[in-house]
Amino acid sequence: MTEKSHDPNQMTGAAMIVRALIDHGVTDIFGYPGGAVLPIYDEIFQQSDVQHILVRHEQGAGHAAEGYARSTGKPGVVLVTSGPGATNMVTPLTDALMDSIPLVCITGQVPTHLIGNDAFQECDTVGITRPCTKHNWLVRDVNDLAKVLHEAFYVATSGRPGPVLVDVPKDVQFATGTYHPPRKSDVHISYSPRVKGDAAQIRKAVALLANAKRPVIYSGGGVINSGPEASKLLRELVEVTGFPITSTLMGLGAYPASGKNWLGMLGMHGTYEANMTMHDCDVMLCVGARFDDRITGRVDAFSPGSKKIHIDIDPSSINKNIRVDVPIIGDCGNILGDILQVFKAEARKPDIKQWWQQIAQWRARNSLFYRKNNDIILPQHAIQRLFELTRGKDTYITTEVGQHQMWAAQFFGFEEPHRWMTSGGLGTMGYGLPAAVGVQVAHPDSLVIDIAGDASVQMTIQEMSTAVQYELPIKIFILNNQYMGMVRQWQQLLHGNRLSHSYSEALPDFVKLAEAYGCVGIQALKPADLDGAIKEMIAVKRPVIFDCRVAALENCFPMIPSGKAHNEMLLPEQANDEATATAFAGGKALV
Amino acid sequence: MNQPASAYFIEERHDPNETHTLSVLVQNEPGVLARVIGLFSGRGYNIESLTVSETESQKHLSRITIVTTGTPMVIEQIKHQLDRMIPVYRVVDMTLTKRSIERELAMVKVRGQGEHRVEALRLADAFRARVIDATTESFVFEITGNTDKINQFIDLMRPIGLVEVSRTGVAAIGRGPEGM
Repeated sequence: MTEKSHDPNQMTGAAMIVRALIDHGVTDIFGYPGGAVLPIYDEIFQQSDVQHILVRHEQGAGHAAEGYARSTGKPGVVLVTSGPGATNMVTPLTDALMDSIPLVCITGQVPTHLIGNDAFQECDTVGITRPCTKHNWLVRDVNDLAKVLHEAFYVATSGRPGPVLVDVPKDVQFATGTYHPPRKSDVHISYSPRVKGDAAQIRKAVALLANAKRPVIYSGGGVINSGPEASKLLRELVEVTGFPITSTLMGLGAYPASGKNWLGMLGMHGTYEANMTMHDCDVMLCVGARFDDRITGRVDAFSPGSKKIHIDIDPSSINKNIRVDVPIIGDCGNILGDILQVFKAEARKPDIKQWWQQIAQWRARNSLFYRKNNDIILPQHAIQRLFELTRGKDTYITTEVGQHQMWAAQFFGFEEPHRWMTSGGLGTMGYGLPAAVGVQVAHPDSLVIDIAGDASVQMTIQEMSTAVQYELPIKIFILNNQYMGMVRQWQQLLHGNRLSHSYSEALPDFVKLAEAYGCVGIQALKPADLDGAIKEMIAVKRPVIFDCRVAALENCFPMIPSGKAHNEMLLPEQANDEATATAFAGGKALV
Repeated sequence: MNQPASAYFIEERHDPNETHTLSVLVQNEPGVLARVIGLFSGRGYNIESLTVSETESQKHLSRITIVTTGTPMVIEQIKHQLDRMIPVYRVVDMTLTKRSIERELAMVKVRGQGEHRVEALRLADAFRARVIDATTESFVFEITGNTDKINQFIDLMRPIGLVEVSRTGVAAIGRGPEGM
């Protein structure tokens, strides 16, 4: 034909999308086809560099991509169609935005001449997803597509990571234009996140740390996002300073749970020692966490006597909820490295023996205590056994949202970063199962377990079909108490035990359900069955649904009643009816 | 008093509200204004006035001037939240620089006869408002100035026969030779 057809960079928009994925090193994407993305699916069919995982619902694709991203550090990629395909992505996009997970979502759109006409499967995708993405684009000209796609990958993965969305009308997918490989100038010139911390602030921070009498390090998901090096540096800092360390839900694994300075998770369901240490400390080093309300409890009573150092890559996290004394903006790995360097050169390990003695007293309260039972499986016990029996294995854990999630965080010890995938910010029930699918795609030979609840798991149970199709041996470990456990707990504590719509009247038989999907169903009814059943689950090289029947009315403690301070925790042994009634009085209106 | 609706607001903020004028330089791309407005509505910030127009068409730059109120902590949040948006180049708090000029333009329609007309013209003269339309029973005045001046003019026109007002919102610029 013409000369143009010989130019290898001349191609259709659909081909550009696949080419851009390859150029960005993407090997797996999650998606669901539909009318407005058929040209892209046609291109996917004709190549083998990018593997496409067909999910059963677009939300599943989004969470799978999140699990993939969280467990690898690479961006997760999703491809869905226009209209309902795009609206079904709203939950995972919001989830990824809250938890700073890099996602690149490509959506099909109706042809440009139909946009605004209420066409079939049309919706204002960029309008709907504007508040739930870090940035999004509608591409109207095929010659803009390459630049936008490259920019999308850059924005998703740089600075504070997050989800981005590129909306591509069908005629743009068909049109031919010029592709170019990624280059520096593809980056939005108005976007340049800061990586390196300010040297003067770092000095101030070191001076505070070196003179601390009652210090604490409080780390978060930012350390995980920063990459494995950041976790290594965090461990070194703990070693060099001898400080106690606690972590948010999102930050578990950055410091090993077996480490001697580990206090356990902090916050609403954190340990007594972690929360008391936070409350009474004189210097707090917050690394890659954001003083979320689940962490702080009552803000005006949050760690009242401490100087606070806050390392965050997002300036808007600074002074948002809590006023800090020394903010340091930049990448936490980078800044931890600088702090270590200055500390080693100019400071010595402060003597904090007394502080550790105080912490030992708090630890002695044994705030994660629960009463074992020989007839009924306690959910805490189930997680502990799961942890013990998977110790030393190459294990990844995902969760849904609720009591089981908190028990998993309390009782499953994480030794490494990137091993723990949970929906922290948005609290998305139904996250864990598809996330496990994504993790298993990234780590085909690892043991991937979704610690689930009977209510959450039903929100995305259809993805078992995906697991079976791609032979992903994910294990769905359901703590089945027949309730929406956390809802029931709050109703008991805050709403006069009126259990409004929190009981699952008609649960499926999970074993039969597993068999119907073509996977393996296992059930444990008694504590005596538990170990054998868990071992069986681990041994099976196929997807498993594990129905673990646990005590129905067990509550998750310790707990800071919402809106109370860290030193007003409710411990398990105190949690009789009267104490809970007093602790929660007037708290009904709280989230 | 109302119960707090969520744990987020449990802290009683005693800091008084302040009014700040922010100048925001943005890439003029589709949806950029929606992003800015969405940020304000989504996070519960106030917009007292918002003015936007392309200012450098070759570089596709638009300048948005926002007048907002909030506690100092909230104002700081607003600036950070704006600054981290991808198409935002710069955010300058014109109120903090203390070296800025703010202007607004309003068109004010007044209806009246006899003494009222005379009074309207006399006030307009005092405020340096121009008559840009007149009929035997009405005037449209054009007035430029800061927000207070315009508010005052409108208040004075009310008893005379104020019909309606159209305002541009605030535009602001720094004094001296430097740009933002």
